[in-house]
Amino acid sequence: MIDRLTERRGLDGFDIRYVGLMLAILAIGVLSIYSVTQGQQNGNTPYYLKQLMWIALGTAAFLIMWAADYHDLARFAYPAYAFILLMLVFVLFEGRTSKGAQRWIAMGPFSFQPSEFAKLILVLVLAHYYSKAPRVGWLQRVIVPGLLVLPGLLLILKQPDLGSGLSFVAVYAAMLLMVGVRSQAIGFILLFGIMLFPFAWEGVWGSLHDYQRQRIMAFVDPGYDPGGKGYHALQSRIAIGSGELLGKGLYGGTQSQLKFLPEGHTDFVFAVFAEEWGFLGVMVLLGLFVGLIWLSLEIASKAKDQLGALLAAGIVAMLCFCVVVNIGMTAGMFPIVGIPLPLVSYGGSATIMTMASLGLLLNVKRKRLSLFY
Amino acid sequence: MLSTSYPETEFGDLHRRLFALRLGLLLVVGLLGLRLWHLQILEGPYYRDLSENNRTRQVLLEPARGLIFDRNGILLANNVSSFSVYVTLEDVDDREVLIQQLSELLGLDPALVRKKLAIKGSKLLPRKIKDRMTLRDATLVESRRLDMPGVMIQVESQRNYPGGLIASHLLGYVGEISADQLEKPESDDLHQGSIVGQYGIEKSYDRHMRGMAGQKNVEVDALGHEKKSSVVEKPQAGNDLYLTIDARLQKLAEDLLGEEQGAIVALDPNNGDILAMASRPAFDPNVLSRELTAKQWVQIVQDEGRPLNNRASQGQYPPGSTFKIPMAVAALETKTMSPSSTVHCTGGYQFGRRLYRDWKAGGHGYVDLHEALVHSCDVYFYSIGQRMGIDVMAEFGKDFGLGRPTGVELPSERSGIMPTPAWKQKVKRESWLPGETISAAIGQGFVTVTPLQMASMMATVANDGVNYRPRLVRAVMDRATGNLQELPAVPRGKINAKPETFRIIKSALADVVTKGTATRAKSSIVTIGGKTGTAQVAALRTGPEESIPKKFRDHAWFVAFAPVESPKIAVVVLAEHMGHGGAAAAPLAKELIEAYMNLTTPTPVATSGLSGMSPDDGRGIKDS
Repeated sequence: MIDRLTERRGLDGFDIRYVGLMLAILAIGVLSIYSVTQGQQNGNTPYYLKQLMWIALGTAAFLIMWAADYHDLARFAYPAYAFILLMLVFVLFEGRTSKGAQRWIAMGPFSFQPSEFAKLILVLVLAHYYSKAPRVGWLQRVIVPGLLVLPGLLLILKQPDLGSGLSFVAVYAAMLLMVGVRSQAIGFILLFGIMLFPFAWEGVWGSLHDYQRQRIMAFVDPGYDPGGKGYHALQSRIAIGSGELLGKGLYGGTQSQLKFLPEGHTDFVFAVFAEEWGFLGVMVLLGLFVGLIWLSLEIASKAKDQLGALLAAGIVAMLCFCVVVNIGMTAGMFPIVGIPLPLVSYGGSATIMTMASLGLLLNVKRKRLSLFY
Repeated sequence: MLSTSYPETEFGDLHRRLFALRLGLLLVVGLLGLRLWHLQILEGPYYRDLSENNRTRQVLLEPARGLIFDRNGILLANNVSSFSVYVTLEDVDDREVLIQQLSELLGLDPALVRKKLAIKGSKLLPRKIKDRMTLRDATLVESRRLDMPGVMIQVESQRNYPGGLIASHLLGYVGEISADQLEKPESDDLHQGSIVGQYGIEKSYDRHMRGMAGQKNVEVDALGHEKKSSVVEKPQAGNDLYLTIDARLQKLAEDLLGEEQGAIVALDPNNGDILAMASRPAFDPNVLSRELTAKQWVQIVQDEGRPLNNRASQGQYPPGSTFKIPMAVAALETKTMSPSSTVHCTGGYQFGRRLYRDWKAGGHGYVDLHEALVHSCDVYFYSIGQRMGIDVMAEFGKDFGLGRPTGVELPSERSGIMPTPAWKQKVKRESWLPGETISAAIGQGFVTVTPLQMASMMATVANDGVNYRPRLVRAVMDRATGNLQELPAVPRGKINAKPETFRIIKSALADVVTKGTATRAKSSIVTIGGKTGTAQVAALRTGPEESIPKKFRDHAWFVAFAPVESPKIAVVVLAEHMGHGGAAAAPLAKELIEAYMNLTTPTPVATSGLSGMSPDDGRGIKDS
């Protein structure tokens, strides 16, 4: 019904429910950022206003990605990937360091985080590859795309940005799942994995930065580092838990008025929201996310072709992963990795990238291929 | 093995998998929901209780700023401990009572304390009431702290410059970061209240010296008394800098200028190391690095002598006759003149309807290039200037680094002007006049330079055309690793001129000191080559020097290098409103050079007395 309505208005595939959900989640984000950063300003422009500006830019990205033809976009996948890899190399040498990681490229007053955009481009690359790949064995199914993922993954881990690195792996895994990996291949990977495990563990643990090791230890045993990283995890739990059923109301979060919670407007924004709006608020937010993801899966299953289905599936997987890991980490279920909560956390690159991804997803829903011809 | 083709029924597969994804999603969200239920509903009261009793305060630990040393390890900037008092409003019972107590204890105006407490922000954020307290005040507050919940004493480090005014323009000063600076991406790891370099090396090397702030958590009991504190993140001290300057030479340079306004720069021609860079009047960085009252600031900014202006890198003056050095190189290289060809100087140079005067009323007679430099004959240079034309002159000037920044590591270096017809068209929207070429040939008119540029020019000549970027920092000591990283000298290129040319110029410059316009720079312990100059301040001059008010008197220049055979130092002296270069500036350069030779040679030699004076120039332009 809705589809027919929008179609007649030349808004083919423009699902009003979908857009509504996205905007609702964005609004929750702005509200929480506003609450947690009021009174502390990093310079002149308050964070929530800046976030509104990012959302405006994100809206433009959303519309562009929705209006184009995803087949055309897929054609740019490899060059775009090459470009973003260059950016990731550039960021290592010229990037702006913050909190011990080089993730940003400064461009005038803004700075841009290539690893965020790399996630979306990776989805494009893998979807494009699989829709064109010769349908042979696991070499083409697993190894070659794995090699495609690898350079981006390594560059991101080098920054170090554990969170984005994990999202990369999650997208790859989701794509594998979608195209169907034969049991032998899975067996092969497992076998290979087990054989390499001792080396890998040594290599991984040895190559981890101190702060990452601390985080893992803090997850295994929050008491391991009292007043250290475990402290942050604990403060986040206290913030969420103390929200109880109804929350403490706007600005009521004693935890989150930035005394106890680190990164209250970015990675830990969910804890701020949970403290101020309680279990009911959290259920509403989770409901909105589930709704959005549900509609996205719908789009994926109704896609007209392989490419569309894969694109949609990849984007959904990425979104799911970020939402689950972020909430899980603030609620103390996972170790603390720096993953922002999509559409809610403050951040330019992440907001624009997520909105662009959702635009692309909605693009898959369209009947006619392009608005432009 | 397992090569299969995938038929198009794969779509069926995909649907199945998407269904699996949905199930997985529901499962995971269900788990999250359960977890949140557990946290917020089952354990909610427990956490609520915790949060209400959670009275930990986070306090930032400011990092120690990197130290600054001279080339021999003499300390130029360090940090000293100072005490600050903070108040956390959350823990204060009665604000008015506290304001009363604090203002009495510290002798502050209650209105001021009230204002500091009223700063916007969370009640949990400690607000700084007073910094740099005396030990006595800090002890007083500490002893009364139990009656004043919410009051906290913090030990902080305060930037300190043991040398006082020494090298203040180089070192610069530090200050609290401004809102605009915080906006910039490079301030990402800084916060409100961070202390950053605002001028000089402190500013240009701020990233190296600032370090990283740490954090500690302070637990307070219900009365707001500190119970225990734990350091979460240790602050990371900034890196130390080793400068190229020699503090002894720097001090001498500043003493030589004394009360006069001006600048002295000494360079090592072999690597571009700035050995001394003095600018007078100076300011006290210790004063500027602290909270200034508006009145103090206005006083400094509006000071007639502009003490905040680093005259060495920001003062732009006409080079006067010192400009004849690059012009002489140009004349030889373009074959405008051979070393032996002469110009007849009768005391003036007729061009069109105007007579361009030589400073020597009777003229110099027949002079070749050597004599023209030694006696600073203007007519000789008028004539070669006219023959070469402004574009060729500007090209050589630019080769010697005039008209562009040297690239020294100081903020807001000025570039001076190396004028060309194109420049005049662009800036003044007028066409170039032939007479302006003639003025430019003796370094008057539109030409302006900074003392640092002239030092670099002199070093280039001393070094037979090889030039290094003047630099102030030799090495950086990385505090995290303990590595001393030596910074390499930065070659800036080579002037394309024959060795013979430089030999001729240098021998002439040596004679300037032995028998020319700068005999007051003659030294008994080292051979010096140099050139005097006078930068005109007011075009119209009447009567003798003494009768002109000081602020209209000309600036004196002297550029020099030594020893002539194998140069180790290039020096520039610019003394504002001191009249002739030979009389005023040359002796200062000599003293500095001799001191340097004594510092670098094992056996010190007594410095010689002063030799006789000789006039430099008293020129003007008269319509005839």
